[in-house]
Amino acid sequence: MPLLARFTAIAIIGFSRFITAVKGLWPGGVKHQGQAIYFANHTSNGDFVLLWTVLGAMRRKTRPVAAADYWLTSPLRRFIGEQVFNAVLIQRDPEKRTQDPIDQMLEALDDGYSLIIFPEGQRNGTDEILLPFKPGIYHLAEKRPDVPLVPAWIENLNRVLPKGEVIPVPFICTVRFGASMHLEKGESKAGFLKRAEDMVLVLGPEGITP
Amino acid sequence: MSAHHGSLMSLLYGTLAVLLVASAVAFALRLKKGEDDLLVENLTDRINAWWVMAGVLGLAFWMGRPGVVILFALCSFAALREFVTLTNVKRADTWMLAALFYVALPLQYWAIWTDWYGFSSIFIPVYVFLAMPILSAIRGETDNFLIRIAEVQWAAMIAIYCVSYIPALLSLEIAGYEGHNILLIAFLVIVVQASDVLQYVWGKLTGKHKIAPRLSPSKTVEGFAGGVLSATLLGACLWWITPFGFLQAALMALIIAVMGFFGGLVLSAVKRDRGVKDWGATIAGHGGFIDRLDSLIFAAPVFFHLTRYFWTV
Repeated sequence: MPLLARFTAIAIIGFSRFITAVKGLWPGGVKHQGQAIYFANHTSNGDFVLLWTVLGAMRRKTRPVAAADYWLTSPLRRFIGEQVFNAVLIQRDPEKRTQDPIDQMLEALDDGYSLIIFPEGQRNGTDEILLPFKPGIYHLAEKRPDVPLVPAWIENLNRVLPKGEVIPVPFICTVRFGASMHLEKGESKAGFLKRAEDMVLVLGPEGITP
Repeated sequence: MSAHHGSLMSLLYGTLAVLLVASAVAFALRLKKGEDDLLVENLTDRINAWWVMAGVLGLAFWMGRPGVVILFALCSFAALREFVTLTNVKRADTWMLAALFYVALPLQYWAIWTDWYGFSSIFIPVYVFLAMPILSAIRGETDNFLIRIAEVQWAAMIAIYCVSYIPALLSLEIAGYEGHNILLIAFLVIVVQASDVLQYVWGKLTGKHKIAPRLSPSKTVEGFAGGVLSATLLGACLWWITPFGFLQAALMALIIAVMGFFGGLVLSAVKRDRGVKDWGATIAGHGGFIDRLDSLIFAAPVFFHLTRYFWTV
């Protein structure tokens, strides 16, 4: 990583710790080891910064999947998206696609990277706890069945910077991880997506702490 | 080096000796009970965190006024962050919270830094208390309005106003004690924190009758009496770093240890109300900043005003 990008990463992580004092809670207190596809609820652009922060040294082998139509719109965003986060940038609008998003993600997995994905497909600005998952996560699980899928619930970040506000306000945030999952033999797409949503929901405010 | 240098060094050596003994006891318990014993693991975490906290406080003392004011400003920030996380604040309270964190908190500590007592003593309970509901009302969200405002006002009182009384001790002008005020902070912190630890130890060794089982199952009559009395004795023995006589120091120590006990009790009640065990997870073995500051928060204003009323010129 170039020096400027490295300093920016340290500054972003320092700032996120200052504002949120974020803690990662792992099932049984043991951090997941090795390659994984982390999937989480999505309420804020800062979501993967928090995940990134709690992953610690593993973040160098972890790439967030983010929207090209957001991160390529200005030179600063491009620098942060490409250089700092090393994001897999996918085009959400099918009309403008030159590459299949699933292929881009598989390529990163085959290079040995872990991924951070937000299967809701957009920031959740509604009163619903979780929006229905898009099928992308199913295709990843089907095509790379050996890579474990690790659910996570990001708590309170939507309070730090609610949509439309400009000044972030300090709140304690937590990232709660669940047990890893795989696509079961003969499991339907709808069944798998429902199960993945439930894996995230049980970590949330109404769920049970692992 | 200033006049209190010798006294501070003695306190430092004393603290070092206590921590070394504590670490040795924890190590012996570990050998006896095994590495997986949860109580021993928590004890070890707590003692290790004490090393860090004592180190940070020692460093702040060594730096003098800037170190002490900045340290407690950061403590206020962390405590406020923990407190507002447990409140019902909504999106409409964003301006109020931003003003509290980024304007009111720095202003309060700036007033402490510049010894402006007339400002620091009324700024939060008068002006901030009036400004906060204004900032939220402008946004037009009326659901739970009174609850939201009251919660955040209480947060400002606990996390900023009361904590700022600790560095405010530097501003007291006591005849014959000029340049020694940092030792008042040392006295307050040592007595209050020792009282907490001694209540824990007495409670674990002799505790039978619970004081408030619903609030805090670990607080017992025996722990309270043993802890407060031994902290009083400790405070009396520290009279030589204070402007107080031996018996006066004992009385002061008794008052701040009792206030500290009630601070712990009240802030435990808030935790129970909100269904959490700790205020945060920032300090391993202890919980959050408020878990460690709770007793100081209640003791500091009383200690400040008693000293100001009876000893200042």
